[in-house]
Amino acid sequence: MLEILQPDGSLAADAAAPLDDEETRLLFAALVAARAYDRKGTALQKQGRLATYASFEGQEAAQIGAAAALQPADWLVATYRDAAAMWFHGYPWMNLFLGRTGDERGGSPPMGVNVLPPSITVGAHMIHAVGLAWGERLQSRDRVAMTMFGDGATSEGDFHEAMNFAGVYQLPVVFLCQNNHYAISLPRAEQTASETIAQKADAYGFPGVQVDGNDLFAVHSAAQPATARARSGGGPTLIEAVTYRMAPHTTADDPGRYRDSNETEAWKERDPIARVRRYLESRGSWDDDRQAELETSAADDVEAAIAAAEDLEPLGPAEVFSAMFAEMTPQLVRQQQALMRYRDA
Amino acid sequence: MPEVNMAQALNLTLDHVLSTHTDTVILGEDVGRTGGVFRVTDGLQAKHGSERVVDTPVAESGIVGAAFGMAISGLRPIAEIQFLGFFYPAYDQVVSHVSRIRHRSRHRFTAPLVIRIPYGAGIGAAEHHSESTEALFAHTPGLKVVVPSDPADAAGLLLTAVEDPDPVIFLEPIRSYRRLQGEVASPPEPVPFGQAARRRQGSDVTLVAYGAMVPDALEAAEALAEDGHEADVIDLRTLVPLDLDTVLESVTRTGRAVIVQEGHRTCGFAAELAASIQEEALYSLQAPVQRVTGWDTVVPLRRAEHHYVPSADRIAAAARHALKGG
Repeated sequence: MLEILQPDGSLAADAAAPLDDEETRLLFAALVAARAYDRKGTALQKQGRLATYASFEGQEAAQIGAAAALQPADWLVATYRDAAAMWFHGYPWMNLFLGRTGDERGGSPPMGVNVLPPSITVGAHMIHAVGLAWGERLQSRDRVAMTMFGDGATSEGDFHEAMNFAGVYQLPVVFLCQNNHYAISLPRAEQTASETIAQKADAYGFPGVQVDGNDLFAVHSAAQPATARARSGGGPTLIEAVTYRMAPHTTADDPGRYRDSNETEAWKERDPIARVRRYLESRGSWDDDRQAELETSAADDVEAAIAAAEDLEPLGPAEVFSAMFAEMTPQLVRQQQALMRYRDA
Repeated sequence: MPEVNMAQALNLTLDHVLSTHTDTVILGEDVGRTGGVFRVTDGLQAKHGSERVVDTPVAESGIVGAAFGMAISGLRPIAEIQFLGFFYPAYDQVVSHVSRIRHRSRHRFTAPLVIRIPYGAGIGAAEHHSESTEALFAHTPGLKVVVPSDPADAAGLLLTAVEDPDPVIFLEPIRSYRRLQGEVASPPEPVPFGQAARRRQGSDVTLVAYGAMVPDALEAAEALAEDGHEADVIDLRTLVPLDLDTVLESVTRTGRAVIVQEGHRTCGFAAELAASIQEEALYSLQAPVQRVTGWDTVVPLRRAEHHYVPSADRIAAAARHALKGG
C-alpha cells in the first residue's frame, strides 16, 4: 500500500511530496470546505431540511486527491457519497444541497461541468464512465472519465462489465474505489475473498494500485499518473483508496449494530485533514489565523449554498411532466391536464 | 423502388445513417464480423470500420450502459440486444438510468440512443428466444417504444429513432424479418412517431395491432370480409408515443374494438388501450372491447407455440364475437 503522508504530518521514509506547498494549501482548503459541507449536511438532515444524508467524513482526501488529477473537461461519474469530489470538479454546493432537499434541479450542474448527477443505485454507473470515455475517444477528444464507487459496489455484476469493457477497448478510464471497509453493515472481508480490491485489476489486464486513502499525497500520487496514462492512450487503472467511513452509512443507519466504536475511534487518529494541516504547519506554511479565516469562508460558502437551494420554489405540478422527453407525448399532456383540472376544481 | 424484406430494410437504413450521421455507432454481440444473428448489420463493419460497428463481449448491461455513456458524450449509439429474452440483464440500466437522466437532470443531460431488439415468437426457436414483453418498456416512464410491422415502416421508424432526442426501444418482429417484402425509398424517408397507420378501411369493427400481429390482423380482416363485415385495421407503429386519437376516431365510428397483442395478457398493452377506449369512448361502444393476446404462461416451445401466439383465426373469432354484441 502506497503511503506518503503519515498521520503525524511527516513524510514516510524515502517518500517525497507530490505537490508543492501552494498546491497543498489549495487542496487542504478544499478538504476543509468539504468537511464543512458534510457536517452541515448531517445537521440539516437532523433539522428535517434535507432528505436522508450520506456523510463522507473521513473520505475527503480520497475524493479530492483523485479529483485533483482531472482536467476541467474530464468526466466524473460518482455516487451519493462523493460530493467532495463532485464539488471539486465544478458541481456547485448549491446543486448538491438542492438534490438532497429533494429537487431534481440538483441534478443539473451548470453547462461545462462534466459531472453526472450522483448515482443512487450501487454499481450501475461505472459503465457510464466507460461509455463516456469511449464516446470521447470516438469524437477524437482526449478527455478522461473517472468513476468513484465504494468497496460494496465491487460485488455488483456491473463492476465486472465496466472493468472488462475498459480493459478490452483500452479506454481512458480511472476507477477509484474508496474502500471504506463496509457495505452498509457488511465488512470488507465478507464481500470478497480477494486479498485486496486493487488486485482485481489483474484479471482485466490493467494496473491496480492500493493506496492509503486518508493520505492526500498517496491518492494524488496514484491518480495523477493514472489520468495521464489514460489520456495518452495507455488504458485504464484501478485505484483502491483504503479509507474509513467515520459516520453512519446514512442518517438512517445505526453503525452500533455492526461495528465497534473502538475501531472508529482508532481511525480518528488517521484523519485525512489533520495530517495535512500538521504537514503544512511543520513547514511554516500554515497557522491558526489562516485556519480561522479558511473555516469562516468555508462556512459562509456552505450557508450561501443552502440558502440559495432553499430559496428556490419547488417544482410545480406542470413541471413534474415536462422533463420526461424533449417534447411531451400526448399521453403526458393528457395526464398533466388531468392533474391541473383536479387542482383547479 | 426495389422490394426488400424487413431485415434488408433495416440494414440499408443502418448503412444510410452510418454514412450520413457521423455521430452514430453500432454496438452489440456479433454485429460486426457475422452481421448479427439475423444479418441485420450484414456488411456494415466491413464498410464503416470496427470503430463504428463494434463487436462487444457478451454483456447486455455493459452494452446498454456503455451506449448510455456514449450518448451523453454526444454520440447517437445504436445498441443491439440479440433477443428480447436476453435483454433483462440490461433492464436495470434502462429503468434506473437511461430512461431517467433527462428528468433527474432537468434536461441538462440526455441519452439519445436506440436499443434494437428482435422480439416475438413464430420461428420455433429455443426457450428465451420468443419473448414479447413490450409492456415492460411502455410501463417505464421516459422511453419511446417502437414496433414496426413492415419493411418501409421499419426503415422510416428506425431513421426517426436515430434522430430522436430521447432513448428509443426499437422492437423488431423476428417473424416478420423475412415474411414480407415491400418497397423502401432510397434513402429511407422518416416515419413520424405517434402516428398510427390505417392498413385497411372498414366501418364494422376496429382491429388494433402492432408489429408481428399486423399481418395476422389483416388476414383476419380478409376472412371477416368474406362474411360481409368490413374491419378497420389500425397499426399503432409506436406504443409510446401512442396515437390514441386515431384509435378513438375508428372505434367511435365502428362501435367495436378488438385489440391484438402477442405479449402476455395481464397488464399487457391491450389492457392499457382497452382502459383508454372505455375512458374516452364508452358510450360509442356497441360491444365490450375484446382482447386477443398471448396467455399468462411462459411462451411454449416449438411444438405447442401455436397455442400461445394469436392467429388470424383467433382474431377473426374475437371480431365475430364483438359483432354479435360480445
